[in-house]
This record gives sequence, structure tokens and C-alpha cells, in this order.
Amino acid sequence: MSNLTASRVLKPIGTAGSLFAFALDVLRGLFRRPFQLREFIQQAWFLASVTIVPTALVAIPFGAVIALQVGGLIKQFGAQSFTGSASVLAVIQQAAPIGTALLIAGAGGSAIAADLGARKIREELDAMMVLGIDPIQRLVVPRVLACMMVAVFLNGMVSVVGVSGGYVFNVVLQDGTPGAYLASFTALAQLPDLWIGLIKALIFGLIAAIVASYKGMNAGGGPKGVGDAVNESVVITFLLLFVVNFILSTVYLQIVPPKVA
Amino acid sequence: MGVEIKIEGLTKSFGKQLIWGDVTLTVPAGEICVMLGPSGTGKSVLLKTLIGLLKPDRGSVIIEGTDIASCPERELYEIRKLFGVLFQDGAMFGSMNLYDNVAFPLREHTKKTESQIRDVVMEKMDLVGLLGAEDKLPGEISGGMRKRAGLARALVLDPEIVLFDEPDSGLDPVRTAFLNQLIVDLNAQIDATFLIVTHDINTARTVPDNIGLLYHRHLAMFGPREMLLSSEEPVVRQFLNAQRVGPIGMSEEKDADELAAEKDQDLPPLPPIPMQLEPSNGIPRRSQREPGAWCRENGVTPPPGSFEEGMTMATGGS
Repeated sequence: MSNLTASRVLKPIGTAGSLFAFALDVLRGLFRRPFQLREFIQQAWFLASVTIVPTALVAIPFGAVIALQVGGLIKQFGAQSFTGSASVLAVIQQAAPIGTALLIAGAGGSAIAADLGARKIREELDAMMVLGIDPIQRLVVPRVLACMMVAVFLNGMVSVVGVSGGYVFNVVLQDGTPGAYLASFTALAQLPDLWIGLIKALIFGLIAAIVASYKGMNAGGGPKGVGDAVNESVVITFLLLFVVNFILSTVYLQIVPPKVA
Repeated sequence: MGVEIKIEGLTKSFGKQLIWGDVTLTVPAGEICVMLGPSGTGKSVLLKTLIGLLKPDRGSVIIEGTDIASCPERELYEIRKLFGVLFQDGAMFGSMNLYDNVAFPLREHTKKTESQIRDVVMEKMDLVGLLGAEDKLPGEISGGMRKRAGLARALVLDPEIVLFDEPDSGLDPVRTAFLNQLIVDLNAQIDATFLIVTHDINTARTVPDNIGLLYHRHLAMFGPREMLLSSEEPVVRQFLNAQRVGPIGMSEEKDADELAAEKDQDLPPLPPIPMQLEPSNGIPRRSQREPGAWCRENGVTPPPGSFEEGMTMATGGS
């Protein structure tokens, strides 16, 4: 009985370990030639096509909610001229990477896990290995790189759409002054804020693709196994991304002092 | 000329469940071998262990001096280029059409130009009778066609060892007969080592040079076709003749009561040994032996009626 509990407790640690080992394999595969350019472009195109529209649709209300909340709050302090700045800070540092993470994990990651999982149970991956081709190098590495690249672009898009959404809501609905909104952009926000947003997106893309690939390649037990793999990959990615986001934000705020207006 | 596979003391278990233990056999170079066994005895697991997709707990699989079971991954990928494997459902890449599927190994591993690739692919497609279906996607064709396409892909790199995972499952008897003939013809043509995993008895009785039988977590017997077909060993006899009387029950083994109940039943006589399938061009294969040669050499009297021309592939009833 105690044995059973022990194995049950230790199982997640084993999974974490093999996930990490898988990540190292992917890292090694990154430097192995020939690089699969075709697969990379196809995957990047595919990921972009499944994520762009939903991301844009998520970004607008995201920016709007921040604008409304911050705008309302800031009015009570009588600091309306900083609305634009606060909105930019919130969108670029937090909302954009998180929005990207949600979509890249929910739409992109699930598609990767389902694709690789289906290949796994149809023995395509085995067939590939038997033909002397490493599926990690051939399939996973291009997906990971594509996912990272698309995440960075999505992050940029969410930033732009979010800030424009904030502008519209602030100026049109809350009677803010357009000039003040734009002029205050640089009052509190600074260039490193943009960098951290991009770095976050890059890391989120990496994590989402690796978890999805790992889960997909280890799917088992027929079609139900693929469904489970997709489900688990999305849940695990969400958990990881939010934790990593917290860590990165904390470290960033420690390293780069906030700008004082 | 094919390559020999030397398996020694191979043991594999999943968790606490032993699949098979201490399997030792040598698949001779250039010959056709069939590995038989009741459903669920780990035949496919054995096949996957031979190509290094699964790691055994103990033992070694030695091919050209390399131990598949323990060699580093890089060597494994190299040695796998000697293999052609036909998976149960063909395992075609679903996103590519048949032409690209068959061309895939060539594009990945050789520096051939597209026109050279085209020649090789068309030759193999012709061999398996799939000319004209190159543009189809794997999802659009029947299971039998997928299998043949899988075979074309397995053959495209001119393998030294070809492994077949249940080539006859899900095929009708006519297609199975054609596929068996194709296997024999291929062996005559490319001289590779063939290992077929199946539980189809007709295939086992007529196609191979050697037969192995996996049963009850071990290798019950491995040897020349005539040795097993004339064997009085209960398990071998029961399985190769598809009989109900014997140690194999519905669920793995029979219990003592069941065995005691059929103790007094007479075993039906061994059916005659059929002729081995010959290449369709009539030229004998390199590893082919004369019918009855093994029986004569070992002083075994084959069941009456054996080795008669035109004999059907009948298997014994109950």
C-alpha cells in the first residue's frame, strides 16, 4: 500500500524529469543539420493562421478592460494625463504576453499535441524512426522554433491592438484627451518594458511547443489517448506559463527599476 | 545478401508483467522466417525490440556486430538504415500522398535528383502493384493498398532486413495469397533477411524457411519449417494445425481441469506438410531447400501425403 502511494506521489516528479530530458533532446536537435526549413515555414504559417484572429479578438477587450479600470481609478486621483502610460505598461508588460500565452497554448499547442499524438498512435513516428529519421529533429524542432517566432509576433500584435483598444475606449467612452493619452506613453513606460514582453513571449512559445510536443509524442492507448494528451498539454502549459510569468515579472521588476515620472 | 540477426537471452517486461523471457535465436541471413504466437504474446513487441524502438530488460540483438539493445542512439539511427519495416497498418504519413511517402526515405537519406527518385519510386510502386495511385492520400485508399504502399516505402532504400508486422491482418484470403507470393518473389529478388510476424497459419505453413513460436512468455520452438510442421510437441502441433485440443486455451493457458478433461481425447493426425511457395518465375530462391530435405536428413517421416504437387493449404479441423 505504501508502495502504491509512493509511486503515485513520485509519478509527477518522473514526468517532470522526462519532460526536462525531452527539452534537452530538443535543444540538442536545434543544432543538428540539416535544418528543416520547409517544415518550419509550414508550421509557422499554420500556427499563425490558427492564432491570429482569436488573438486579435481577445486583445481588444483586454485593452479595453484595462483602459476602463485604470481610467476610472486614475480619475479619482486626478491623474488623467497618465492614463495612456498606465495602459501601455499594463498591456505591454502583462496583458500581451499572457494573451499570447493563452492563445499559443490553447490554439497552437493543442494543434501540435493533436497532430503529433495522431501520428504517434498511427505508428507514423515509429515508422519515421525506423527509416532512420529522428522525429525530434524532423518534427519537433521546427514546431518549437515556429511556435516561438509566432509567439513573438502575436505579442507584438496584442500590444498594438491592446493599446489601440485602450485608446478608443479611453478617448471615446471616458472622454480622455487623445493628446494626453499619446503623450503620456513614455512618461512611465520605458524601452525595457518592451523587451521583457518580447522575452516572455519567446519563452512562452518555447514552453507551449515543448509541452505540447512531449505530450503528443507520448500519447498512448488509441484515439482517447490523443484526446487526453491534448487536454493535459493545454492544462500543463497554462499552469507553467502563469508560474513562469510570475517569476519573470518579479525578476524584471527587481532588475529594472520602474521609471519615475 | 541479407544480414543475420542474432538474438540472445532477450527479456522484456512492462512494469511487473513479463512479456517474454530469455528468447534466443538466430535469424539466418537471406532466409524467410515467420514468428508465430497466439494473440497477445508480444510478437509485435519482439519486432519493435529488434529495431530498437523498445529497449529490452536484458539480452542482446546483434546485427553486423552492433548490439541494438545497448548501442547509442546515433549508431541506432545508422543501423536502422539496413531495415525496412512494414507496420500493421502501413504507417503511411497521413499528410503526404503515396508518391511522397515512398520518396520520403530517399529524399532524407540520399542525394539523388528528383528524376532518379522518380525512377526508384515508380519501380517500387510497380513492384507492389500500385502504379496509378501515386497521387492518392493514405486516407483515401483501402487497408490492403496502404499495406502495399507501406511495403514499397520499406523497400525503397534496398534494405538488408525486412520486417513484416502482420502483413495479412485485415486482408481477404486472395489478397493475402498475393501478398505472400509477393513476399517470396521479393526475397528471391533482393536476397534480404525476412522476418514475418503473424498468426495466419496458411502463411506460416507455406511461406517461410524457418518458423518460430512464441508461447507462454517464452520461445517455444524455432527451426526449419518442416521441423515444426512435423513436430509432435503439443503446443507447436496445436497451434500450427489450429486445433482446440492442446495446452493453449481461450485465455492463454488451459487450467489443469480442462487439460485433464481432454487427456483421453485422441489427437487428430498431423496434416500433410504443404509445398513451400516458390517464386513465380520458377527460379528457386537462394535459401530455398528441397521439399522434404530436412525430414530426410533428420530421419523424420513426414505425415502421409506431404509434399504433393497441387495440394491445398488445408489445415486440420478440431
